[in-house]
Amino acid sequence: MSDSRRNFLLKSFSATSAAWLAANWPAEVAAAEKAQGMGNFTYLTREQAADVDAMAAQIYPTTDTPGAREAQVIYFIDLALVTFAQDKQDIYAKGLADLPSHTGGKAFATLSSDQQIAVLTSIEKTPFFKAVRDHTIMGMFASPQHGGNYKKVGWTQIGYDDSLNFRAPFGAYDKA
Amino acid sequence: MKKFKPSEEVDFVVIGSGAAGGVMAKQLAVAGFSVVVMEQGAWGAYGHEQDYNKDELINRFPSEEDMLLSDPKTQRNTFRRNANEKAVAGSHNYGCVVGGGTVTYGASSWRHLPWEFDEGSRFGTIQGTGVADWPVSYAEIEPYYTQAEWEIGISGPNLKTPLIAPMSKPYPCKPLPLKSSGALIQKAAEKLNLTVTPNVAAIITEPYNGRSGCINCGACSGYGCQTKARSSSAVALLPIAVATGNCEIRVHSYVREINVDASGRATGVTYFDKANNNQEVFQKAKCVVLSANGTETPRLLLLSKSNRFQQGLANSSGLVGKYLMTGNGGGASGLFSDPLNEYKGAVTGAAVLSYVPNDTKGRGWYGGGRMTARGQMSPIQYGLAGPHGAPSWGAGYKKALIEQANRRLTMVNFISQLPVETNTVDLDPEMKDAWGLPAMRITTTSHENDFKAMQFFIDKSAEILKAAGATQVWTDQVNDSKGGAHARGTARMGNDPKSSVVNKYHRAHDVPNLFVVDGSSFVTGGRNHPTMTISALAYRCADHLVKAAKTGNVTI
Repeated sequence: MSDSRRNFLLKSFSATSAAWLAANWPAEVAAAEKAQGMGNFTYLTREQAADVDAMAAQIYPTTDTPGAREAQVIYFIDLALVTFAQDKQDIYAKGLADLPSHTGGKAFATLSSDQQIAVLTSIEKTPFFKAVRDHTIMGMFASPQHGGNYKKVGWTQIGYDDSLNFRAPFGAYDKA
Repeated sequence: MKKFKPSEEVDFVVIGSGAAGGVMAKQLAVAGFSVVVMEQGAWGAYGHEQDYNKDELINRFPSEEDMLLSDPKTQRNTFRRNANEKAVAGSHNYGCVVGGGTVTYGASSWRHLPWEFDEGSRFGTIQGTGVADWPVSYAEIEPYYTQAEWEIGISGPNLKTPLIAPMSKPYPCKPLPLKSSGALIQKAAEKLNLTVTPNVAAIITEPYNGRSGCINCGACSGYGCQTKARSSSAVALLPIAVATGNCEIRVHSYVREINVDASGRATGVTYFDKANNNQEVFQKAKCVVLSANGTETPRLLLLSKSNRFQQGLANSSGLVGKYLMTGNGGGASGLFSDPLNEYKGAVTGAAVLSYVPNDTKGRGWYGGGRMTARGQMSPIQYGLAGPHGAPSWGAGYKKALIEQANRRLTMVNFISQLPVETNTVDLDPEMKDAWGLPAMRITTTSHENDFKAMQFFIDKSAEILKAAGATQVWTDQVNDSKGGAHARGTARMGNDPKSSVVNKYHRAHDVPNLFVVDGSSFVTGGRNHPTMTISALAYRCADHLVKAAKTGNVTI
């Protein structure tokens, strides 16, 4: 995703969401905007972002339908770590620092898909993996205004219509 | 909005603005009395409900001003299964905003059936429980149910069956749509000979009392209602109270004590004023109405210790905080071949009524329950919980998540729970809340009878789902409850001051000008759908109180 796309994401938060972010994390959101303007991630380094992105892509893989990568979950996670998930920063920092001990020193993102799955399976009980797993899923299914679920790819897959205004019949069984 | 000075003696202080507090404030203010409502939470979107958030992520991580529920990190509480255990940090919470729990609740609004008021004499007491008759009969409370339903705005079916309490007037609004879950359960009901109805809900389905009907947005329980279709106290009652010019709602006002004078009469309340650096303020009042919910009400009484009331206010019986009923549930889920899209529409769907009545001989346990179809999880919730019988991440997770999406029907049951004296709310001896007061401690284990009840309903749920044609069915584990918004029984009503906390008009036996009305007043728990009965009790209490206060004597 281009820097301008990321800028666009930050600037295009809905009124509610922007107010929510600005009210709770004004300094962090300002820093995020500045960092993204310079082509950087807000919290993660580029190397860390590559590893987290690769993890997310295994947790919710691209198959015949889009996965975490197409949903741009990494930007959701990066922003989450300076806003509502600030309390998870230490877990990410420790987990990322510990990753090379499972990869023979290589960057996780450079491993083959099978190797990545093996590493993740070996750490799936850790708080770090659980945090990345939950954030990946949130990034797939939270409103696109939070940085992931790009073009509603997550919602589309699970048949979720976000119109918030419906008339019966709702499903296949309540049709007259 | 009218503002009162704390030094000014108002007629009534009402603590809490939810199902009971909203009714009390409205009825007292309309009758011409001056009322200050103490609410520890924020305004929410009171008066600008269109601004209620519908974003699931924001709802999971609300900012302080947007919080609609109490936060166990500040409104700290502890939990233990029995008195031999040391209590650990708990997760109990409740509605905490103007309108209380009615702002976010599922809004089921079933009346108790006539025999739910005299289960003691009708079925006999059970060893180890406090099953007893209420001091109020169904006939006495029926007019107040009707008044509550019409003033608050309830939708429901108008059926005549012994499984629904007899009504002197039908519901004001037509029922909510049955949804696909309801259609499937109806199909099963035909095979199994069960009675199924749309839910009875405090959700209006057509324009009513100046509010618009439900648009089936589906972001329902846990969210504020943007269209004001959910008939919360904040849209149906409190605006009327405020419009009289007699009522002030004072937010961010956390009452820490009900004060009494040397003669044992309540003189007002002391609260922390959040806007003023949590400074303590004393609000003077002629009469205090306590409607803080089934857990905070007993806690506040226990916190209000004085020389005269050394074991807590209104507690000469020793029963304040005892006979806690938190509410049991459990159920089953099934998958169907086509989409149900249960995320659309109100959270609670059709109800199976056939197992509401007591049948101790046939079933071998005491009590009953109402079975309901429950709206499916919202997207993040669904993703985090994951599909049934699949890995928790990876290609297998994704495949199953997509396959099972929108095809799930979950049945949730609302089951009786016996009042047991050792199930309690009291003060934790060690933990303090964020204001430095002793935290609430919950101690509860359901009676062994109730485990049989839960298992019965779990099995019945599976049977119904199979009969409805589910391709796969799985059941919940029996899970004893730990707290939550349905707490009842902790300041029970009764005629005898030795075995109850308040009289049949909710006046504390020990304090002539203190009225306690909310879920804590319940003697027995009904079928775990408490709100309509809380509302009706409040209307009845207010009626009595207005008549008494007009003669200048609330102590009648």
